[in-house]
Amino acid sequence: MNEKKFTGRVTGINSNMLSVAFSERVIQNEVAYVVTDDGARLKSEVIRVRGQEADIQVFENTGGLKVGDVVEFSGELLSVELGPGLLTQVYDGLQNPLPELARQAGYFLKRGLYVYPLDREKLWDYTPVAAAGAELSAGDTVGTVPEGIFTHKIMLPFSWHGKWKLTRVCEAGAFNINHVVATASNGQEERDITMVQTWPVKVPISCYREKLLPVEPLVTQVRVIDTFFPVAKGGTFCTPGPFGAGKTVLQHALSQRSEVDVVIIAACGERAGEVVEILREFPYLPDPRTGQNLIDRTIIICNTSSMPVAAREASIYTSVTLAEYYRQMGLSVLLLADSTSRWAQALREVSGRLEEIPGEEAFPAYLETLVAGFYERAGLVQLNDGEQGSITICGAVSPAGGNFEEPVTQATLKVVGSFLALSRDRANARRYPAIHPLESWSKYQSLVPERIITKARLFLREGNEVNQMMKVVGEEGTPTSDFVVYLKSEFIDAVYLQQNTFDQVDGACGAERQKYTFAKLVQVLEKKFDFVDKDEARSYFLHLRQAFIDWNYAPWDSEEFRKAEAAIDATLAKK
Amino acid sequence: MRKIYHRIIQISGNVITIEAENVANGELAEVRSDRGVSLAQVIRLNHNRVSLQVFAGSRGISTDSEVRFLGRPMRVSASEALLGRIFTGNGSPRDNGPQLSDNMIDIGGPPVNPANRIIPRNMIRTGVPMIDVFNTLVESQKLPIFSVAGESYNQLLARIAMQAEVDVIVLGGMGLKYDDYLYFKNTLDDHGALSRTVMFIHTAADPTVECLLVPDMALAAAEYFATEHNKRVLVLLSDMTNFCDSLKEIAITMEQIPSNRGYPGDLYSQLAARYEKAVDFEDAGSITILAVTTMPGDDVTHPVPDNTGYITEGQFYLVHGRIEPFGSLSRLKQQVNDKTRADHRTLMDTMIRLYAEYKEALEKQSMGFRMSDWDQKLLKYGEMFEDRMMDLSVNIPLEEALDLGWKTLSECFEPAETGIKSEMVRSFWPKAESAE
Repeated sequence: MNEKKFTGRVTGINSNMLSVAFSERVIQNEVAYVVTDDGARLKSEVIRVRGQEADIQVFENTGGLKVGDVVEFSGELLSVELGPGLLTQVYDGLQNPLPELARQAGYFLKRGLYVYPLDREKLWDYTPVAAAGAELSAGDTVGTVPEGIFTHKIMLPFSWHGKWKLTRVCEAGAFNINHVVATASNGQEERDITMVQTWPVKVPISCYREKLLPVEPLVTQVRVIDTFFPVAKGGTFCTPGPFGAGKTVLQHALSQRSEVDVVIIAACGERAGEVVEILREFPYLPDPRTGQNLIDRTIIICNTSSMPVAAREASIYTSVTLAEYYRQMGLSVLLLADSTSRWAQALREVSGRLEEIPGEEAFPAYLETLVAGFYERAGLVQLNDGEQGSITICGAVSPAGGNFEEPVTQATLKVVGSFLALSRDRANARRYPAIHPLESWSKYQSLVPERIITKARLFLREGNEVNQMMKVVGEEGTPTSDFVVYLKSEFIDAVYLQQNTFDQVDGACGAERQKYTFAKLVQVLEKKFDFVDKDEARSYFLHLRQAFIDWNYAPWDSEEFRKAEAAIDATLAKK
Repeated sequence: MRKIYHRIIQISGNVITIEAENVANGELAEVRSDRGVSLAQVIRLNHNRVSLQVFAGSRGISTDSEVRFLGRPMRVSASEALLGRIFTGNGSPRDNGPQLSDNMIDIGGPPVNPANRIIPRNMIRTGVPMIDVFNTLVESQKLPIFSVAGESYNQLLARIAMQAEVDVIVLGGMGLKYDDYLYFKNTLDDHGALSRTVMFIHTAADPTVECLLVPDMALAAAEYFATEHNKRVLVLLSDMTNFCDSLKEIAITMEQIPSNRGYPGDLYSQLAARYEKAVDFEDAGSITILAVTTMPGDDVTHPVPDNTGYITEGQFYLVHGRIEPFGSLSRLKQQVNDKTRADHRTLMDTMIRLYAEYKEALEKQSMGFRMSDWDQKLLKYGEMFEDRMMDLSVNIPLEEALDLGWKTLSECFEPAETGIKSEMVRSFWPKAESAE
């Protein structure tokens, strides 16, 4: 939209931070390009202006750049393209499709190579919805195209203020995304509407009527989450844990089995290997809810740890903006950000190079504001047309040294609705998922009535106390009744909290099954047992555990399932 | 002909600053002083002030020493002539062989496009039960050995390297004791592996800055063999803590704001840039990285092991000459241990869980509590486990180790006590004993 392009010249280089002398105008957070000797243009972002010098962070390696190199200012904020064809894509933090980069550049990423995020050629079956003469505001539906299993809404661009009257609409037909599907006027100017629009990533999309309180549970099929520490559609939760506690395995399970419409996976500064599993497996993994493959409901934003750090900072914003776009269509979106600590570290690196006065552990003082701003982009909203859409955000946190007192964990805890603490002790004992039942909490509603959950929680707490006590007074000093409480708490852990993610049956425990199994579990908890001694109690519970585990591995509502259940009932009847 | 500069305006730590024009970020220069010639690399530009880190250190450099820019970044010769050779951190020969100059490539190249990676699929057999059974090593994995000074981590590294089936071994030594350097060299020689090995060795006596170059040199060479010759390359790096300390030294000299215990805020990114070079390609070779990270004060929450743990795909804890079952982890084992043998995963989980219970029983015993029958069983099991599985002198193939595992379980427990699925018990629980 800006006709005139301004330029500047590099005056200093400190790693990926450049100082640029300019004489006309720069905009905070606008995109700039550094032109290298060989003609490549390296994307960067203005992050500070001081007098006649701007500091820009380059989204690429700055090796070989020189003082005096030309910088072109684009006049536009860092933005993403929104339109049909986003689903199934694998993007880097700046929305470059990685498979296309691989096709053009080979094994390694090539500096300065950028590709359109959306396919320019592909034809979409467009159906107009709004008629000529209709008065629309930003976010209202102009027409639709089918995108996989969804009806993708083409909306009046979010950045258009006020009321717009459609002056011309095109007939239904197959068009590419740049085709003008309608023309609209606000009385002063007339603009074309295509299937694609851009939006600056750091600004939340707010074309909705109101934000609602999230109440409907989001079923993840992970027992310990859905029953004990639930998450609501439109809510926020975090999974902090030391390395090796199973954050990523848990996130993968969530990405596959959560009952939502769209899943956006932001691999932010983590291992590339973890994304590869998703990249290679999702195209073939069936989604039982839709009959399609998982990839059809997934977008992957992949800015792994060895990719440029400035783009890592952007990747979090890119992913949440894409989530907002699909929310605008009335869909429920789950955003999995792994890991927000790497994002915070990227902020810290930038802050350090800007020589800002550091806050705790050298993180910038504005860290909490940014973390809160990110999680607040989640939510359940009522859209302008009355439909509801939601974004649920799950942020993995990787606290340094596994210590939850550090700034990123603390900033996150203030703004999330559910806290799933992953514990190293549980991971070491191979008790997966290693979500600690006594440290975690949730403010959302469970599948199971609160009253019953409280009872199970009580057993867990008391069992833990008995266990602590036994460490001091020994098993012989513990009354058998207390010992049974301990065995019951261990029983809850072994047959309900622990779940084998890698097993197709045990790993995916639906809402119905959870309610059913939990009722059986409660039956065991409430039953009064009469044991001669502790050895008898232990051996009895070992057998019961065995029967219950076999039951967990039996497919829901199968013959095997009923047989295993009968075995449990028989064992229970013995005592 | 490039201009020669004679006026050094600042010397601080190993970093010198001069005033110069038309200098590129990351470019190399030669610094000539009375003490000799050293390479130096541009690390910061501010108008016409150029800061360079001097590889040989700044000691003896005078304000009128000669600085000549070379117009290129640090490079390594990508050629088969590397094999069997030993170099220093800056790439000059350490073995009296000729300087290589064929096909020079930049070190620290761009990252691999994640879309080109494939899911790791090949197990690397090591003959160590604690690795093969419990934390399987996988081709293209990046794995550190967490240890403390005094442990035999270099011996373990060398042993794995000798037993692993790989085509090329690249050894990057950082701050290596001279004895350890000779140990590696002799071990490789004894096993006839020297001819498929490249070594970049920075010993404790060499200048600090050269230590920073070693991982990049080693990994650039590894990438060459993996992509150009489709080789399976194993990169050994010892000790990455020294590399991090060198980073810290330069960062402090450059007056960067430290983040945690003096380490720079980009420590994670710096380590990741190296470790993430581990890769398996669909239609080319692979790079596997085994590194040693010594934990200062045996503290795993120290920034170096902590950041490393978040980057690598697991870790082996080497404690008292044994690989600890707790904490040690191979994140990629799930990719391969379902294809080895049907009982592999179950046995692995069960044995570790029971060993954890043994540890609790041991604690009870040490506090003088009465031992129940169950505790007695656990005590028996724990000792057998340590002898048969954890002892590093045990050298048996995976299948034998699995059989030994079942044997151990059956000698100590009843099937139901192990919590193994009944179906698995039927197929694998040793029956021979009861029949005899």
